[in-house]
Amino acid sequence: MMERVMAVAVLSIVPSFHLSAQDTSTIDRGVRIGIIYRPGVRPGLVLLPRTGGGMGLDSVRLIVARDLDYSDRFEVITLPGGDSIRFATAPTSARATGRRTGSGTAATGGAQSGSTLNYPLYQALGADFALDITAAGDTTVATLHDIAAASIRRTVRAKLPRPGDPDFRMAVHRLADQALQAALGTPGIAATRVLFVKDGKVYQIDQDGADQKLVSSTDRKAMSPAWGADGRQFAYMEFQAGKGWLYLQDMTTAKRTAVSTTGSALDFTPAFSPDGQTLAFSRATEEGTDLYTINIKNNCCLRRLTVGRFSDNLSPTFSPDGQRIAFVSTRPGLPQIYVMAADGTDQQLFAPFDYGVTGSSNAPEWSPDGQSVAFHRDVAGTLQVFVLDVRTRTVRQLTSVGRNEDPTWAPDSRHLAFVSDRSGYRQLWIIDLDTGRIRPLLQQSGARLPAWSPRLTEAPSTTP
Amino acid sequence: MKSVSLLLALGLGAAVVAAASCGKNPPPQNPGPVVDTAAENQRMRDSIAAAQAEAERQAAAERERIARQREADSIAALGRASEEVRSTLAAMIHFDLDKSNIRSDDMGALDQKVAILQANPELKIRIGGHCDERGSDEYNLALGNRRAQAAKQYLVSHGIDASRIETQSWGEEKPLVDGHDESAWSQNRRDEFEVTSGGDNLRRP
Repeated sequence: MMERVMAVAVLSIVPSFHLSAQDTSTIDRGVRIGIIYRPGVRPGLVLLPRTGGGMGLDSVRLIVARDLDYSDRFEVITLPGGDSIRFATAPTSARATGRRTGSGTAATGGAQSGSTLNYPLYQALGADFALDITAAGDTTVATLHDIAAASIRRTVRAKLPRPGDPDFRMAVHRLADQALQAALGTPGIAATRVLFVKDGKVYQIDQDGADQKLVSSTDRKAMSPAWGADGRQFAYMEFQAGKGWLYLQDMTTAKRTAVSTTGSALDFTPAFSPDGQTLAFSRATEEGTDLYTINIKNNCCLRRLTVGRFSDNLSPTFSPDGQRIAFVSTRPGLPQIYVMAADGTDQQLFAPFDYGVTGSSNAPEWSPDGQSVAFHRDVAGTLQVFVLDVRTRTVRQLTSVGRNEDPTWAPDSRHLAFVSDRSGYRQLWIIDLDTGRIRPLLQQSGARLPAWSPRLTEAPSTTP
Repeated sequence: MKSVSLLLALGLGAAVVAAASCGKNPPPQNPGPVVDTAAENQRMRDSIAAAQAEAERQAAAERERIARQREADSIAALGRASEEVRSTLAAMIHFDLDKSNIRSDDMGALDQKVAILQANPELKIRIGGHCDERGSDEYNLALGNRRAQAAKQYLVSHGIDASRIETQSWGEEKPLVDGHDESAWSQNRRDEFEVTSGGDNLRRP
């Protein structure tokens, strides 16, 4: 009897572990669907067929559709027959509203304030929202229809740069984010970028995989890019001959500024405080590696936060309120995830582990909503991405296919970019924690150390 | 060189003996009486002694020449010794996965470096710690630093002044061997040793 109880207890533990792992499919299936993927839960959205022309309208529609898909917040509905089926709508004027008619009825002209979209039809297709993107002169108009309410939820007008303009795509991404905000009341992540390192250079790439661009302007090997909270600058490390220097670089002007430190050490893994005043970093010396902060506004006030002596302390990441710093410490032997107050006091274990069983844990990053810390951990000789729940201090393994490392949070705190060799070589992937959907961000070998930007609220190149 | 000259001397001696017996002692028609034999033996002893003296003189000259040659070659010879010491000094040590402790099979190599550093008080070195690609990219910078420090601490604990040893970490940024298997990884988990100053004429310990 006792034995049976034990067996039940063991069985109940094992499956729960498997249930928490979302990433169990093989790589050749393309897009994978996680086990907690519930399509019915997400609101359906349909991008209405194109009506009328306009400069770059096809590009805008394509980019917006992909952004909304990549948000993983909608069930994006593809109309049967694509754009060839118009559902008896007819363009009547360049105005934003009142251009569509109900099925089978005559065009009503452009003067009405309401909409005449055939709401019951779209409701039958499973749509909760319909997005119409049209052009009115040099203005692009995005109209979001609330199907259940049979009305227009919001109309967004934007003067987009011409296609081909370096700011074009980011402006379209902002339009997509506004549409998502209008539908769900929550900000999107379309207008974001990811910094990463390849061949010793820092590159940026839009979250949809477009517009990859070299950003680092140094001949030295660059590592560990980290975004400032305003998205206007990033910090990174220049590595040469066993020495490491920290730099700040302006995203717009590409001007780099040395962070004033003592200069001859190996300084690495910079991390901005949320208020942008402080840079925390690791410094390797004769005593080992320890955490320091420096005031980057006044380039002063170097402060040591940890005294490791026989252990290393590195890879700091601030909580979004700036009160705490999660970091890696080797004090238990192998590196594990610790946390302390931002002034270095109250140091304690953060992510639980089994002594002598759990492998090395590294590369923590605190989520923008403060609720989670992503990191990677050695599982049976290969690295996997984990997420720590800050409140309950429990960890969950997210990946299991191939080697997966260096997770970085999107500003929505539900997407992570990370490095994975699941396709045969190391490249960047994005996982949605809510649906388990995984997509490649970059189809190039050798990318590493990604850093996801905050929301980029205005085009950097138009900022004076 | 020495053995060659000795052979030369012996050969010369033998030639002299042969010449003496040929020139001064034509073959008798009739084997001589006992008296003749005694005189003949005496002559032979004399000529052998002369030949030996000659060989001795030549060998001495040769030794002198070699000594002069050696003296002339001394700088080059020192250089060769220095090169040998340098390669002993540069011999790498290796580490276990995610470890920075000195392995017992590497202590001999470090002991040799201690002896070299003691025999060459002007010598200063730099230790570079390296990691394989399996660990975390950024953590490897800390681990490489630990590995360099571990070797330095070993040398310092064996009597070498800490100011003579610089350390640096390369993390996994400079693999010795490209490859993604244990053979490559184990070679890449290493400390490298290089001379920073005082390494022109290294003496053997």
